[in-house]
Amino acid sequence: MEMLSLEQLKEKAKLVRRHIVEMTGAAASGHPGGSLSATEMLVALYFNLMQHNPQDPQWPDRDRLVLSKGHASPALYAALAESGYFDPGTLKDFRKLGSPLQGHPDRRRLPGVEASTGSLGQGLSIGIGMALARRLDQKDYYTYVITSDGEMNEGQTWEAAAMAAHHKVDHLIAFLDYNKFQLDDSTKNICDMEPVVEKWKSFRWDVQEIDGHDLKAILRAVEKAKKVKNAPAMIIAHTVKGKGVSFMENNNQFHGVAPTPEEVQKALKELE
Amino acid sequence: MEKKFGKATRDAYGETLIEVGKKDLNVVVLDADLSKSTKSYPFSQVFPERFFNVGIQEANLVGVAAGLASCGKIPFISSFASFLVSKGFDQFRMAVAFSELNVKVIGSHGGITVGEDGASQMSIEDIALMTSLPGFSVIVPCDEISARALVWETAKHVGPVYIRTGRPKAPVVHKPGTEFKIGKGVRLRDGKDITILANGFLVFEALEAAERLADTGIQAGVIDMHTVKPLDTALILEEAKKTGHILVAEEHQIWGGLGSAVATFLAGKHPCKMGFVAIQDTFAESGKAEELLEKYGLTFPAIVKTAKKILGR
Ligand SMILES: Cc1ncc(C[n+]2csc(CCOP(=O)(O)OP(=O)(O)O)c2C)c(N)n1
Ligand SMILES: [Mg+2]
Repeated sequence: MEMLSLEQLKEKAKLVRRHIVEMTGAAASGHPGGSLSATEMLVALYFNLMQHNPQDPQWPDRDRLVLSKGHASPALYAALAESGYFDPGTLKDFRKLGSPLQGHPDRRRLPGVEASTGSLGQGLSIGIGMALARRLDQKDYYTYVITSDGEMNEGQTWEAAAMAAHHKVDHLIAFLDYNKFQLDDSTKNICDMEPVVEKWKSFRWDVQEIDGHDLKAILRAVEKAKKVKNAPAMIIAHTVKGKGVSFMENNNQFHGVAPTPEEVQKALKELE
Repeated sequence: MEKKFGKATRDAYGETLIEVGKKDLNVVVLDADLSKSTKSYPFSQVFPERFFNVGIQEANLVGVAAGLASCGKIPFISSFASFLVSKGFDQFRMAVAFSELNVKVIGSHGGITVGEDGASQMSIEDIALMTSLPGFSVIVPCDEISARALVWETAKHVGPVYIRTGRPKAPVVHKPGTEFKIGKGVRLRDGKDITILANGFLVFEALEAAERLADTGIQAGVIDMHTVKPLDTALILEEAKKTGHILVAEEHQIWGGLGSAVATFLAGKHPCKMGFVAIQDTFAESGKAEELLEKYGLTFPAIVKTAKKILGR
């Protein structure tokens, strides 16, 4: 894959956001809010950071990405399509009967999807397995996991956190899409996981804290995380749910509700 | 019938696992702090670099195994059946079955023959849960000979497999060299009046029951139905047509076990008189394994009684 420059990445992020709005709009369902908050991370990974080959999705040495917060599938699908895994024209089939673009990612149906997710809490464990396989096979690839603040409520997250540190699993780089909202309300009002940085540190992870919409910061943080030896790395990315569309930002109504056709038009104008 | 005890199926598993690991370097073994009980421990001593003890965390255990399998490894994971299946179920559903990954799952201490530890450690619902997952093969070996062979078959099979092993020493039922295939029952005794389909500890009891029934002039056939899924429907149909009376015996909750599977199949293909020897919708308790089998009606006298009832004698 050709590595895109910062300016080009910004353009890609805008393009991915347009896809997210259009896909959820066309499907009249889906999760725009958490897709928009994860956009920069996915764009930086697929268009700059990751070693991967859309022509050969099973290339054994590829870097892997597990979208643990599977409901952000529109962002993943848009990134995969724009990377060349499939024709972006098929994005309009999102959530339609027979489409490989299932509501939540399905590794059997869509090449490029590394893990089937949608039941929150599982992605970190799967990523650990991939990173352990790398170690056994003495390969150099990295495994990335995108998890979320709501997902931290799940017990399995902490099983995985403890186990990865104990087994000194490196080449494992997780992002926490910390958008401060879950489904019913803000994380503050549902199940506040603070102090988050201290939690991951106390679980013996290498921890960085960044602005999750700052592409430069993402690139820098990943370069640093790659150098971590004998420990897993967590990049806590402060984000805005619904980022990029004014009426969706910090408006958790758009967690799992698609924009209306008028809202789609309004949003696309903002994303020109 | 002479009752000659062999090794526990969990021991047979542990010993075979080392052989399997020698042959296939992609085999990795994971456990959740029960390796000395599940018998994955010996593997960890021979191949420490291919063994991961994740700690007491069954959900993560399953997820990590899925990740390893997605990179071409063949994970064999074990814990007590009771904990592994219930705490790892969503992970089995999503990360393994739905994802079509080649993960081998060994639930040890299946059934009530766990004994003194009591109900919290006993799995009476694992077969119901694991057979409900599309793509999973589900196996309950009855003795060390079948356990060894079926562990090898499991290693060769591409796709998720659940094997239930048992805690106590198991009576030897099969002759050395018997061939075992996943999904193929083994006929141990030919009958013409009734067929007993059993797995696990109930296979020996079924053979014993068949001898007692023979004394009263009833010729009972006995099949070791070690695989619950995929079900050997051809063999079941053949037996149903031949004897017209089917009895299913298993160390499992009556809801959702081998009996349910056989009944569902026969109801559509060849309805016939049926009877079930299983745990009657209750949790068990502490006690010696034999005492519990007797108290919960999982012994040959219960099979004899049920058989006579089905036959109206
Ligand atoms: C195990 C599980 N429980 C519940 C849900 C339903 N659900 C989907 S999204 C969501 C909230 C997720 O919040 P968060 O993880 O913070 O995602 P984000 O804010 O990034 O969209 C819930 C509860 C689920 N998908 N999985
Ligand atoms: Mg959130």
